[in-house]
Amino acid sequence: MSTETLNDAHDSPDGHDAHHDHHIPKGILRWLFTTNHKDIGTLYLWFAFIMFLIGGAMAMVIRAELFQPGLQIVDPHFFNQMTTVHGLIMVFGAVMPAFTGLANWMIPMMIGAPDMALPRMNNWSFYILPFAFIILLSSLFMDGGGPAFGWTFYAPLSTQYSGDSTALFVFSVHIMGISSIMGAINVVVTILNMRAPGMTYMKMPLFVWTWLITAFLLIAVMPVLAGAVTMVLTDKFFGTSFFNAAGGGDPVMFQHIFWFFGHPEVYIMILPAFGIISAIVPTFSRKRLFGYASMVYATASIALLSFIVWAHHMFTTGMPVAAEMFFMFATMLISVPTGVKVFNWVATMWRGSLTFEVPMMFAIAFIVLFTIGGLSGLMLAITPADFQYHDTYFVVAHFHYVLVTGALFSIMAAVYYWLPKWTGKMFDITLGKWHFWCSLISVNVLFFPMHFVGLAGMPRRIPDYALQFADFNKWISIGGFAFGLSQLIFLALIIKACRKIGEPVSDQVWEGAEGLEWEVPSPAPYHTFSTPPLIK
Amino acid sequence: MSEQPGSKSTAEKPNLSLENERTEDAQIPKTRAQLASENAKTVKKLVFVVIGMLGFSFALVPLYDVFCDLTGINGKPSNEAAVYESVVIDESRTIKVEFITRTHSGMAWEFSAQTAEIRLHPGEMGEVEFYVRNPTEHDIIAQAIPSISPGIAALYVNKTECFCFKHQPLKAGEEAIMPMKFYVDPQLPKEFTFFTLQYTLYDISATVQPAVVAMDNG
Repeated sequence: MSTETLNDAHDSPDGHDAHHDHHIPKGILRWLFTTNHKDIGTLYLWFAFIMFLIGGAMAMVIRAELFQPGLQIVDPHFFNQMTTVHGLIMVFGAVMPAFTGLANWMIPMMIGAPDMALPRMNNWSFYILPFAFIILLSSLFMDGGGPAFGWTFYAPLSTQYSGDSTALFVFSVHIMGISSIMGAINVVVTILNMRAPGMTYMKMPLFVWTWLITAFLLIAVMPVLAGAVTMVLTDKFFGTSFFNAAGGGDPVMFQHIFWFFGHPEVYIMILPAFGIISAIVPTFSRKRLFGYASMVYATASIALLSFIVWAHHMFTTGMPVAAEMFFMFATMLISVPTGVKVFNWVATMWRGSLTFEVPMMFAIAFIVLFTIGGLSGLMLAITPADFQYHDTYFVVAHFHYVLVTGALFSIMAAVYYWLPKWTGKMFDITLGKWHFWCSLISVNVLFFPMHFVGLAGMPRRIPDYALQFADFNKWISIGGFAFGLSQLIFLALIIKACRKIGEPVSDQVWEGAEGLEWEVPSPAPYHTFSTPPLIK
Repeated sequence: MSEQPGSKSTAEKPNLSLENERTEDAQIPKTRAQLASENAKTVKKLVFVVIGMLGFSFALVPLYDVFCDLTGINGKPSNEAAVYESVVIDESRTIKVEFITRTHSGMAWEFSAQTAEIRLHPGEMGEVEFYVRNPTEHDIIAQAIPSISPGIAALYVNKTECFCFKHQPLKAGEEAIMPMKFYVDPQLPKEFTFFTLQYTLYDISATVQPAVVAMDNG
């Protein structure tokens, strides 16, 4: 894609835009009232990082308890709260807001728009999010504790055997959902209406494409989640019987409704990652992305297929064989478009002039490790095998490979890739490499042995385990603590970068980088593309 | 949602009328007014989708029941009394029907089937009696919920009379015999030689008569 910026903000000779830069409000009010997409992106990213550390602290509690068999550190009820809230925080508080933050920062710059389409709604969609998580986290301090029914809040666990904090859980999920829906609407409207002249759909960077499709998924399924939690609320507190067999309801129906949301949700957490990797790999291979159009179609077909595979989470609920076969084959079908993507990334690297800067290292780790997670997913899709794997640590290993070494590594890759553009200074590369290698090694010590204990039958979400799993669990916990500590390196690096310590970078930052975001100055000025660029 | 994108920056940047400097290109940028009306239209459509999907999530509840009634895949037999029409009795085969009873956790009743299993031809009427006793010191209203395994067989079980069709109140210390009459539809696929009918008893006093329960317990 060759582009040319006309009359870019800082090239303007009359200094009008320089004057404009002086109008950046100062102090806390700037952040409170901001409608600037870059400010809101920064807020989202910091929020996600804080949530990542809080959710990570809960994972440390879980791993400390599981370091050896027996109950030693926390009581089982608190352990259950930790697994539940860890899941909720990481999904809704860390991964999703981090992607939304990246979308806010990058999409307007990538399509040559001056800002998001609905800047004031953008401010709202961020600022209700902290309240959702304050409500959720404060429920941990209530009498009877916070939610302890797993992040999937299956009925009747959540409707008949849960504490009063369920109401707080439901309201916090409502707020998270509203925030996500507003963010998604903003992304769709921005991409549909705000593209610079000449930025046709098939010229959009893949990060924009994957986010457009993700936003449609969000708009389609977050209301279903809202419906599900509302039914849980009325079942628990207002005597309805949606999921209560005694009143004519059906607890299995909860799982159908939940996973009708839940399966598209897992693609919501991975499609933007595909877009990020598709931006980074070509840059450091110094080649165009292989198979751009097939990437777009693969993303769209993954999104469509995600609506017809939900029951593969429910093979053991006693479905008829025909339904199990359908969901098994539909699930396996998804590996075709996903395989297309992995093939295209590898083909992009093939005979490229590769260099291994920190973002590229994370991107390559993503490709390898996400593929491992994808393959264990394929194993789980095989219905008869799933009867053995169901609810074991094999499942935990699977979704942590796709979410930690998948979604999370892609977010880290994205931060390393665009951080110099945001701050104007190169981050501390030594720290970045330490962060990468420590994370890479510890994350595999943490999650790889989970496959083995899972296949050997260790159930998930249980604070104690049989003696034969003790050695593996010791190593898993050591890996967990090391991975947790490694993230403090990342925190140090980010703080250093935010204080603008480092070598100044050029506008292009990376030698092979192409795209509109690399044509604005580094650091990216407060307002970019106030006049649309010309795209050839 | 009444957004006015960049209304503030319009005031600050009067030179941003986008119509200038676009001569060589046919793709003329949109004016702010155009953009605002386009955005409003798109938002409106998306909000409809959101409301529609919220409605859909609740519509899934009746849809689920209809789907299960049609296919019988969740093992729920019909909750309405069937009429026994002179069905041809298929004497060529015999079906074994097993009965399992259980009470939901926290429900203290004794509950058992007087016959553990019966054998009958498809089309033939069968009758089983269930015994219940309320050993507690307060009155309880119960509801029995049937479940058939394998699930598909539920489509072919026709009950003409069942205690599960209505609430079953028992005073403290009382006992009762509850009858159930049914026949198996001769259309039952050949591969079924037996199936299991399970009843679970739930205590529904609190939902049916909250005031009475509150008085009793108070």
